[in-house]
Amino acid sequence: MRLTILYFARLREAVGLAREEVEAPDAVRSLGQLRAWLIGRGEPWSAAFTQVRPVRAAQDQVVGNDDTPLRAGAEIAFFPPVTGG
Amino acid sequence: MPAPSSGNPGTGDDARCRILVQEQDFDPGAQIEALRSTTTGAIVSFVGIARDFSGDFPVGQITLEHYPGMTQKSLGDIAARALARWDLAALCVIHRFGTLAPGDRIVLVAAASRHRDAAFDACRYVVDYLKTEAPFWKRESGALGSRWVQAKDSDDQALERWTGSAPGPGAA
Repeated sequence: MRLTILYFARLREAVGLAREEVEAPDAVRSLGQLRAWLIGRGEPWSAAFTQVRPVRAAQDQVVGNDDTPLRAGAEIAFFPPVTGG
Repeated sequence: MPAPSSGNPGTGDDARCRILVQEQDFDPGAQIEALRSTTTGAIVSFVGIARDFSGDFPVGQITLEHYPGMTQKSLGDIAARALARWDLAALCVIHRFGTLAPGDRIVLVAAASRHRDAAFDACRYVVDYLKTEAPFWKRESGALGSRWVQAKDSDDQALERWTGSAPGPGAA
């Protein structure tokens, strides 16, 4: 499944990327599985997701959780808890 | 890109609502004045300001990062919930991003209603949820270096005011 992945704030710095396009294997069907697959790719993702906790996720600009099913072509964002206001 | 079918869960099409995400400053007086009308009995506003301290950490500059595709949608969703919960005549939310100095305005929330309770409550509701849902991240820098601001538990706890079985302080 082709996905666009965005990283923000401290997580963006830890991964060293703001954005990447990935082709996730068929077994990756949820936000939680996607995060686990990214971590399984090794550095820099494994260290980044270990160093920055907790990490929130959104699909097509709507916050989801580990069980949120992925849509092909979606824009997935990972980020630390927000600190605006 | 947003899914075309998702529509706008926020309030882009609600004429009572004005949501701006911008780098430039805003004029709170002009924004509040714009909400005044013959049927509006009350306007309550909140202006968030950048501080020059964060615990023991002196802050010379704040950089606000945001998620452009999601920010407007998230603020619109919070505003839509406030408009559904209280009888409001108007609601204005302006949030800045980019580099700010201590004393600079960061955010304005202003709610107008027929009677004061709805305006007080809606204003606080929007501020409370904005702090925990809107995708902004602050990085502060100063004499001691630079660091990302950590989310506060007290911000999550503030939501209990709105999620408990009680309808909130003065729910309309």
